[in-house]
Amino acid sequence: MSTIWKLGVIRGIVFGLVGTVAGMAITMLLRTALGLSAWNSGQATALGSFVGLIAYLGGLGAFNGWVGWVLGWPEKEHDATELPNWTRYFGFHTNHKTIGVQYMVTSLLVIIVAGIYQLIARLETAQPGLQFMTPRTYNSLISLHGIMMLGAVLLGISGMINYLVPLMIGARDMAFPRLNALSYWVTPPSVLFFLFSLPAGGFDTGWTAYAPLSVRAPLGMQFMLLAFYLVGWSSILGSVNFLTTIFKLRAPGMGLFRMPIFVWATLATAFLQLIFTQFVGIAFLMVLLERLTPLGFFDPNKGGNVILYQHLFWIYSHPAVYIFVLPGLGVISEVVPVFSRKPLFGYRAVALSSLGIALGGALVWGHHMFAAGMESWLRIPFMFTTLLVAVPTGVKIFSWLATMWLGKIHLDTPMLFALTAIVVFLIGGITGVPNGIVPVDLYVHDTYWVTSHFHHTLFGGFVFPMMAAIYFWFPKVTGRLLNERLGKVHWSVMTAGFFITYEPMFWLGLNGMRRRIVDYDPAMGLGTMNLVTTIGGYLIALSMLVFFINLVASLWRGATASANPWRSRTLEWQVSSPPPGENFPVPPRVVGSPYGYGIPGSVHVIVSPTGGSGEKQAT
Amino acid sequence: MVAITVAILSAMVVAIFLNANFTPAPASAQAEPIDRLLRILFSIGGVIFVLCLVLLIYSVIVFRHPRDTEEGPPLEGNYRLELTWTLIPLAIVLVLAVQGAAVLKDIGRADPKNELEIKVTAFQWAWRFEYPQYGITSGELRLPVNRPVLLKLTSLDVIHAFWVPQFRVKQDAVPGMEKELLVTPTRVGSYKAWCNQLCGLAHAAMQAPVIVVEPEDFELWVKEQRS
Ligand SMILES: [Cu+2]
Ligand SMILES: [Cu+2]
Repeated sequence: MSTIWKLGVIRGIVFGLVGTVAGMAITMLLRTALGLSAWNSGQATALGSFVGLIAYLGGLGAFNGWVGWVLGWPEKEHDATELPNWTRYFGFHTNHKTIGVQYMVTSLLVIIVAGIYQLIARLETAQPGLQFMTPRTYNSLISLHGIMMLGAVLLGISGMINYLVPLMIGARDMAFPRLNALSYWVTPPSVLFFLFSLPAGGFDTGWTAYAPLSVRAPLGMQFMLLAFYLVGWSSILGSVNFLTTIFKLRAPGMGLFRMPIFVWATLATAFLQLIFTQFVGIAFLMVLLERLTPLGFFDPNKGGNVILYQHLFWIYSHPAVYIFVLPGLGVISEVVPVFSRKPLFGYRAVALSSLGIALGGALVWGHHMFAAGMESWLRIPFMFTTLLVAVPTGVKIFSWLATMWLGKIHLDTPMLFALTAIVVFLIGGITGVPNGIVPVDLYVHDTYWVTSHFHHTLFGGFVFPMMAAIYFWFPKVTGRLLNERLGKVHWSVMTAGFFITYEPMFWLGLNGMRRRIVDYDPAMGLGTMNLVTTIGGYLIALSMLVFFINLVASLWRGATASANPWRSRTLEWQVSSPPPGENFPVPPRVVGSPYGYGIPGSVHVIVSPTGGSGEKQAT
Repeated sequence: MVAITVAILSAMVVAIFLNANFTPAPASAQAEPIDRLLRILFSIGGVIFVLCLVLLIYSVIVFRHPRDTEEGPPLEGNYRLELTWTLIPLAIVLVLAVQGAAVLKDIGRADPKNELEIKVTAFQWAWRFEYPQYGITSGELRLPVNRPVLLKLTSLDVIHAFWVPQFRVKQDAVPGMEKELLVTPTRVGSYKAWCNQLCGLAHAAMQAPVIVVEPEDFELWVKEQRS
């Protein structure tokens, strides 16, 4: 019992429940005092959520460090030290590796739920006609699928970054460990809000939540807005940590141009998160306020402007695409040289291309609004900036291909996933060009063409790279290897499933299949391809089942991993698997490039386990 | 070998994209330049895809070393090569963007004296079409062939979008604003105007008949509507 109570999450839940009830009671008292009817579901749940959240964080112990510092409490080590090891994952624990695993597991859980939502919705559209679902359910499922997957992506990249970046740059932890734990622990309530959305009536706006439809949508909308608002907080707080860590905590000798590409990608992503997340936060907050009060930011009858929402939303949500994919592209840049046994071709160009993509991606948001009705000529500069982003993206793809050329290629599961990712991302990039060209976009906008395009970019830039990352770094995290045979089954079914799902969608879009429709005209002849797409979707789900079986089985009795099973040169592989709590007892010394495979005498880093004798060179 | 494979496959891909039909038959003057641009884009994209895919598959097959622990050759980069694969894509996208701007100008141009003006009002979940030059209102969109039509779109509630796939171009109908869309139907027939912006429960079913007729038949229809 006392062990249970020592788990931060249990205290958090209890405090959170009490806080929620208190918040709702305050709302009802205030409304009664103002002579209104006591119950207003929107206001009560909003204030309840807010007070509940603060109370939950308090119960969890999120503020203990700061409060204790102000009140002069004696410094105390983490609660979890005297408890069994697994309990650290259920409390406010500040080690970056714990937090990385927490993020990753949460991300995978959200992916399961959001994936199931879409699998159900896909059954409905497998054939024309209304099969078994009301339009309201369908709209809610696809909307939640979209926004929850994006939340899962943000959690997933935070997971990878948290675990890997401090290790890769030779740091003991993140720059602000308490802030880091806080940025994780605001996400479980966010997941809870996402889950509440469907029982609270769902919403029918798609993930984009365009006003004024989102102002009129059911209560489920509010839960989605709150949920993503919290993920946004997590994202901003996380980015502060990533940037500070990279700029301040690099090991001696780790110049910027000796950093692994994944760290460069993190740098670019973190800049985008820090600068742009606030815009979607403001947009969602404004919708929330317009729902709860008589304010009318987006209501033309109250002097508001409908298009304003779209600007605020896309100023974040386009760069967000690069937030999602840059870390994944970084993973590909890590995996390809290791399994090609060759240096990353054009390291500097690849490193800088991440920043190029980030900078370019910041100036293209208008391409989502070509048909929305902005000034006609204004669409042309957005078209140019959009197409220019293709250039640094191309640099990455060509560099990967050149890295493999003449290499000694090993097709282990991480490499297989990286290869699929390259092909899929390439298709995503090529099919993005028509959307960027105004007159062509007026045709393909809001059709399945676009749906397929962005699923290519997100699968190629996040899902497949994350799979590569999990197969690659699982031994580092757990000390056990994932099963290669199951891994190859997973890879082949998922790759086939992906192409079966998404290539027909291009054809569907070009033939008039609109996005986000529960039903379509049987006369248009779209039934067959829709059925194929549905089957492909279930193949992907099947492959994920194999993946989860592999995860559990390998965790339980997988082969023991050595410190460096892939013969990689980067720093995280020069310590034990799993790494010691403080990563490096003595700061390692970085002396060369991380990718010098095959270069005689090239050394990336010198790690000394004891601080003196027994230096180990990574070559 | 690689070069020959890339050349053959590229030629095939280009031949397919320049000739095959992968869109509904065009029915407006705007559709033609858009379709042409689409074919060019697909051809260029197809060649780039073929090039990368062949290089990737060739590398995987030829350079595969499943067992040995040898390292590859120490090739860290090549400035000339890197500059080439930066500058060529740059040139391609700039040319394409200029083309896109030209087509955009092209599809927005018509003789204003000859224009048929129609006020389009969207609401959950139907369309209303007003012909101010003729003083009639209709639930269907009837258009004379080969005459430029200037649609002036607005919405009474949430955002909707007007799209006839055979006309290609689309435009949102936004509450509190009036947005314009120019279409010149070129083929007699009946089509459907779909709502292309998620607008709530019955979005999927929100449509209106679009009937393109000869000018004489259009005049007849106008008379009928007025009486
Ligand atoms: Cu975008
Ligand atoms: Cu609609």
